[in-house]
Amino acid sequence: MSYIEIAGLQFTYEDLVMRFDLTVNEGEVMAIIGPSGAGKSTLLALIGGFEAAQAGSIMVGGEDITDLAPDARPVTTLFQDHNLFAHLSVAQNVGLGLHPGLRLSTEDRAAVAWALEQVGLTGFEERLPGQLSGGERQRVAIARCILRKRPVLMLDEAFAALGPALRREMLQLVLGLKDRNGLTVLMVTHDPADAAFAADHTSFIADGKVVMSGATATVLASTHVAIRDYLGT
Amino acid sequence: MRRSGRIATPRTAGLSATVLTGYGLAAVLGGLAVAVFALLLAAGGDAQSAPPYAYIGRVLGFTLWQAFLSTVISLLAAIPMTRALARQAQFPGRMLLLRLCALPMVMPTIVGIFGVVAVYGGSGYLAWAADAAGVDWQPRLYGLAGILIAHVFFNLPLAIRLLLPAFASVPAESWRLAAQLGMGSRDIFRIIEVPLLRQQLPGIAIIIFMLCFTTFAVALTLGGGPRATTLEVAIYQALRFDFDLRLGAMLAILQVIFCAGGAWAVWRAGRQMVLGNTARLVAYRYDGRASLARLADFGVIILGAVFLTLPILALVQRGLAGMVAAASVASLLKATMISLGLGLAGGLTATLVGYLIAQARQRMLSSGQKRGAMLLGLTGRLGLFVSPMVIGMGIFLAATGSIDLYRIAAAGVILLSAVMALPFVLGVLEPALEVAAARHDRLCAALGLTGWNRFCHIDWPTLRRPIATALALSSVIAMGDLGAIALFGNQDMVNLTLLLYGQLGAYRLDGAASTALILLGLALAFYWTIERVVGGRELH
Repeated sequence: MSYIEIAGLQFTYEDLVMRFDLTVNEGEVMAIIGPSGAGKSTLLALIGGFEAAQAGSIMVGGEDITDLAPDARPVTTLFQDHNLFAHLSVAQNVGLGLHPGLRLSTEDRAAVAWALEQVGLTGFEERLPGQLSGGERQRVAIARCILRKRPVLMLDEAFAALGPALRREMLQLVLGLKDRNGLTVLMVTHDPADAAFAADHTSFIADGKVVMSGATATVLASTHVAIRDYLGT
Repeated sequence: MRRSGRIATPRTAGLSATVLTGYGLAAVLGGLAVAVFALLLAAGGDAQSAPPYAYIGRVLGFTLWQAFLSTVISLLAAIPMTRALARQAQFPGRMLLLRLCALPMVMPTIVGIFGVVAVYGGSGYLAWAADAAGVDWQPRLYGLAGILIAHVFFNLPLAIRLLLPAFASVPAESWRLAAQLGMGSRDIFRIIEVPLLRQQLPGIAIIIFMLCFTTFAVALTLGGGPRATTLEVAIYQALRFDFDLRLGAMLAILQVIFCAGGAWAVWRAGRQMVLGNTARLVAYRYDGRASLARLADFGVIILGAVFLTLPILALVQRGLAGMVAAASVASLLKATMISLGLGLAGGLTATLVGYLIAQARQRMLSSGQKRGAMLLGLTGRLGLFVSPMVIGMGIFLAATGSIDLYRIAAAGVILLSAVMALPFVLGVLEPALEVAAARHDRLCAALGLTGWNRFCHIDWPTLRRPIATALALSSVIAMGDLGAIALFGNQDMVNLTLLLYGQLGAYRLDGAASTALILLGLALAFYWTIERVVGGRELH
């Protein structure tokens, strides 16, 4: 039995009827690739609880989470943009991961400083998101993910806006975190190189379905026509 | 080129005929304002007696007090209502309610006033309900209460329309984030909504305050006597009935000072007010799903909807019932024709002048003259600072050298209503021209497209819709404006607005009801027709 089991998960967006079946092992990195509009982000939104499935189920660690509220799920999502509230300081944004009403104790503040240290932003507590670079903003968001201590981390094209070198650096940061905390990572990406670099397994999604799921090298080398068309090789 | 994003143009290129006309018109408007005060003060009444300072103080005090209360009540009602509308993004009638919030822009003020009277007046729905319930109580509408109810009726929808885009501007990710972090309703209010309101409310408050500060029709019809007189009404009375030009000018100068202060404050608040199509801006909010939140939201929405729809329902019901008691068909028909003629003429004038000013302003912006552009935009907004009564009187004095109000009545109404509608025209055209300039200026410069060629092939097809909106809006404003026609109108020139004002003043409510209904129908049809005919089909 796999750690994450998604079975017959159905959702309709405009004319596209999506139906996902997917399994992910505990502690692995699974990349999700596919053309835009295929349903990659929708799949993450369904797992995160931001969209309600019409049918099917999501099991994580043997527990059915299909009907849980977003904050009650054992997952945390990192978006591409707007992971931080622009009017709150870095420390406040990270602190939200400990208390959603920002009532932070002294220990909480120490924990925030520790999480910032983990992502290499020691001393950034009082800055505002507007004063940070794109990469630094995502680091702050990752620091919050650390404090939330959810076993599943989902990246929704989280690093797509960053340059190649920086993207690699961020992925490395996530991989280190995963190893230290035993996380399971789902990452939506539009760059096959990201998948090849970081992911044990890769799923290819098209037209609201998982077309193929397997070892990253196998999927990227598949002769499946949709995959070849997408990769342009 | 000193800065990127600016186009190098030969010096002469900026001085096209359009631009020169724009400068000229702005200069005329600005000059007019200065001349008016000089003329009025010089012509000024009884120079021996001291100005009635006690009266001026009382009027100013009441004007400030009612504007303050109107603003506070409007905002206190708008905040929970907007929040409820933002949280409940989908329910039957939401679209209708948002359309309703746009109605006061198009609805002539006097029509809305009639609706308020029909609900809260001595023989309105409220009195009827009290009577039916056996309560011995009569609503006392005239005075401060009436002014406040009418102002909230007009400004609550405006505040909602200004606030809702702010709520919608919160990125969808933020709501997902809030849900993921488990923020409750109170956390969301404290951490997301309060900072948002703190940023938005000052600008909106100042706008509503200024609208209520310069109120005319509401205070004139619902003020009911010297205790509840506002500056604008006092100016009107001084000029039209007492012929005390000096008092009129003094009151008007007071008004300019406060309005300029308000305008400066708006500018400092630094917000571009977006009166967009709010219905489209919908972000899904997870905190609106809890049953308690839904209950509270729909309670607020229903309360607000009842407050906003009752006057309109009363207007329609009494209007239909009162058709038999309507003014004679001949006088209604004549008034309708005069309304249409004055409205269209005022709207066309405002739109043409507004286009030229906006074009000249855009040229200045494009060539980096920020200060000049601001000055030009400010001149076009003269009607927001200077009492229309004073502008009207100035037009008169300038044209005839006397205050013979009958000689150029039609021209006076058209010019004055055009000046009043001009700020709204600029509000529509300035941003549209800015977008058009950003999109086309470089390409047009590269292709050598200028002047008439550029207007025909580039500007008109892309600016047709905003121009149509500006024309429709300004025509309806000119048609429904009470100030100009009250100042210049006479028994030979009675439009629907003036007819309705007379009927309201004489408490002939059945006749007034049918006039109000006709005026509202006409305004809506007028707006819709102009927008469709001039605007054409949407470009994709």
